Amino acid sequence: MVITGAEIVIRCLQEEKVDYLFGYPGGAVLYIYDELFKQDKVRHVLVRHEQAAIHAADGYARSTEKVGVALVTSGPGATNAVTGIATAFCDSIPMVVISGQVPSAAIGQDAFQEVDTVGITRPCVKHNFLVRDVREIAETIKKAFYLARTGRPGPVLVDIPKDITAQKCEFVYPQSVSMRSYNPTVKGHHGQIKKALQLLLEAKRPMVYAGGGVVLGDAADKLTTLVRKLGFPCTNTLMGLGGYPATDRQFVGMLGMHGNYEANMGMHYCDVLLAVGARFDDRVIGSPAHFASEPRKIIHIDIDPSSISKRVKVDVPIVGDVGEVLGELIALLESSSETPDQDSLGGWWRQIDEWRRRDCLKFSQGDGLIKPQFVIQKLWEVTGGDAFVTSDVGQHQMWAAQYYKFDKPRRWVNSGGLGTMGFGLPAAMGVQLAHPGSPVACVTGEGSIQMNIQELSTCKQFRLPIKVVLLNNGYLGMVRQWQELFHGNRYSESYMDALPDFSKLAAAYGHVGIKVDKPGDVEGALREAFKQKNDLVFLDFQVDATENVYPMVQGGKGLTDMILSAEDL
Amino acid sequence: MGIRLRPFPESSQTLDAKWLRGLMTLQNKTLMRHVISLLIENESGALSRVSGLFSARGYNIESLTVAPTEDASLSRMTIVTSGSDDIVEQITKHLNKLVEVVKVVDLSESAHIERELMLVKVRATGKDREEMKRMADIFRGRIIDVSDTSYVIELTGNQAKLDSFVGAIDASLILETVRSGICGVGRGDRVLKV
Repeated sequence: MVITGAEIVIRCLQEEKVDYLFGYPGGAVLYIYDELFKQDKVRHVLVRHEQAAIHAADGYARSTEKVGVALVTSGPGATNAVTGIATAFCDSIPMVVISGQVPSAAIGQDAFQEVDTVGITRPCVKHNFLVRDVREIAETIKKAFYLARTGRPGPVLVDIPKDITAQKCEFVYPQSVSMRSYNPTVKGHHGQIKKALQLLLEAKRPMVYAGGGVVLGDAADKLTTLVRKLGFPCTNTLMGLGGYPATDRQFVGMLGMHGNYEANMGMHYCDVLLAVGARFDDRVIGSPAHFASEPRKIIHIDIDPSSISKRVKVDVPIVGDVGEVLGELIALLESSSETPDQDSLGGWWRQIDEWRRRDCLKFSQGDGLIKPQFVIQKLWEVTGGDAFVTSDVGQHQMWAAQYYKFDKPRRWVNSGGLGTMGFGLPAAMGVQLAHPGSPVACVTGEGSIQMNIQELSTCKQFRLPIKVVLLNNGYLGMVRQWQELFHGNRYSESYMDALPDFSKLAAAYGHVGIKVDKPGDVEGALREAFKQKNDLVFLDFQVDATENVYPMVQGGKGLTDMILSAEDL
Repeated sequence: MGIRLRPFPESSQTLDAKWLRGLMTLQNKTLMRHVISLLIENESGALSRVSGLFSARGYNIESLTVAPTEDASLSRMTIVTSGSDDIVEQITKHLNKLVEVVKVVDLSESAHIERELMLVKVRATGKDREEMKRMADIFRGRIIDVSDTSYVIELTGNQAKLDSFVGAIDASLILETVRSGICGVGRGDRVLKV
C-alpha cells in the first residue's frame, strides 16, 4: 500500500509496539501529528518543553526494559531536546528521538526554524540519521530502534525533512536489521571468564563493584546469585543502585564521592576486584593515580570495549553482555570443585564490619529543623522500599541515593553522568505512565524543580499522581556545600531568594500542595500523600539549610581520603 | 557525582588538571606516531563523525586522508596520529565504536608502506631554474607544470622523503606547497577488506 512518509513514521512506531510518544508539535512535524491524530495505538503525551519530552521518554526507558520515544520539531524543538539527549547518552539509555527538519530544498538556506540537528546532536547520540528519501524512512527507524537497544544502549536521533513526510511510497517494515559495520559482542570470551573465576576463587580480599550496566542489562538477578554464591561484599555505583539488594548483608552501600566508608575502603584495599557494567569514573574512584597506588587484580566485564582500561588498567577484560557473562561465571562456579578461601574471606568480612561500625550515614533528628536525611528515611519506610524514585541533581540526589535502600533494579531513576538539573519531574512522568498503579516519588530541590516546573501542567493533563518530595533548603545546596568547604564560605549566587510558595504553586496547577516544617509531621504528610492515588501531591519540606552531604571525597583526591562528618574538617 | 558546577570554573580547572596528572602517571608517556587505516560506510557525515571524535576526546590528528575504494559504498581513511599506547588503544576502540566504521587497523603495528603526494611550486629563474630541475631529478620528482618563472614539482614518497626535499631546496624559492597526507597499506598478506 502506498502511504505518506508521515503515516510510515507512525506505522513504524506501531510496529515497534510504542505505547507512549512524548513530544511537542511544530511546523516541520505537522504531517506526522496529523497522522497521530488519526490513530489511537500510539498515545501522545504533550509536554510543556521539549527537554521534558526527552526526560520523560528517558524515565520511561529506565523504569522498563523498553526504548523511550520522543518527537520534536525542527530548530528550537531540536535544540531544546539536546540536554535531554545528552543526559540519556551519558547514562546509556535506549531512546529514539524523531525530529522534524525544514523541507529538503530549504536545508542550508537558513530557513525559518532550521538548525543542523544531525550536526548539533552528533557528539551526544549513539548514532543519528538524516532521512533523504521517503523510501528510507522505514528502514532508518528500524535501524534506530535496533541501535538504541542493542550493544551499549543509547539515544538515536532520526531527522526527517517536512517534504519527505508528505511524499508517498510503499510501506514495508523490515523484519530484521543487519549492518556490516555494527556487530556488538554479546558472549564473553570463554578463556577470559575461566581466568576470572580462578582469580575470584583465589581472592583473599575480594570486592564486587557493579554499575548501571547491570541494571540496563537486566542482570541484577544474576549478579545477586553470583555474589551470594561467592559470599563476597558488593558495592553499587550511583547508576547501579538496585542492581544488588540494598538491604542484603553483603551489600556495603554505594561507593564514590559520597559513598559509604566501608564501600570506598573495601574498593581501595581489595586484592581482587570484579567490576561489572561500571566505568571507574571520576566520581567513583577519585584520583586514578591514588587508586592505582594499592595493588589489586581487576576483572572488568563490560559491553563496551572502550570502557575497559580507559582510566584504570584492567588485568582480565571481558567484553560482552553482563547478563551472558555473569550467567557463564555462575555455571562455571557451580561446576567447579573449588570454593572461595573461607578463612581469608572471614578475616576480610571482620575488617569490613569494623569499617561498617563507623556508621558513616548516621545523623540525628532533633525537635528543631527537619533533617533532609530524615525525610528520605521516612520516604523509604512509608513506601516499604518499593516505590519508583526519580531525582534531580544536587544534595537531595545524594541523600536519596544514600538513604533510600533500593532492593530492586530500575526503581532508582536519576541523571548520573550528565548531572542534569530539571530531570526529576519529567522523568517521573515517564515512570508513572509506564507503571500506572505504582507509587512514584520525585525527590528534588527547590533549585532543580524550578528548571522544569512547567511540567506540573502536563501532570495535570495526564492525571499523573506523582509525589513530589521537595527538600527545600533555600540554597543550591551542593554548590553551597562546596563553597563552604572549598571557597571560604563565600556563597556566590547559591542562595535563591524570592522562592515561590510551592504548595500554593502546586495548587494553582490543580494539584495538592502541602508545606511541612516540623519533624513530627514528616511521616504523616508522606503517608497522607501516598494515600492519594489520583492526585499529584507536592510536599514542600522545609529542611535544615546547613546540612551537608557526608561522607565526601573531595574531587581529585583518593577514595580513602574521606571527610566523614563536619568534625573531620 | 551529582553536582552541577556552574559558578566556579576555577575549581573545575584544578580538578581537571589533577585528573589529567593522575591519568598521565598511569600511562606510558612516550608519544608514538601511529598510522591507523579504516574502512567506513561512504555516507554523508561519516568524516565529521571521525574528526569530531578526535576533537571531542582531545586526540591528535597529524593528517587524515579519505576517498572511496573500489567498492563505492566504502571509503578508506588513513589517519596519522600520535599518543601513548593507552591513548592509541582508546582511539582504535572509539573508532570501532562508531556505527559507520566497518574495520580498523593500526598499520604501524607491523610492516607497512606509507606514501604521500606533494606538489611544490617553486620560483625557477636564472641559475635556480637548472638547480630546481636537478633537485627534482635527485628526489625522483617530476616537473608537471612550467612557466617562465616557476615549476610545479610532483613528489611522492614517505613523509621523511618529502620533508628532506623541502629541506634541501632553498626555502626562499618555495612559492607554495601542498601535501595530500599519507596513504598506507600493510605489507604482504595483510589486507584490510570487508
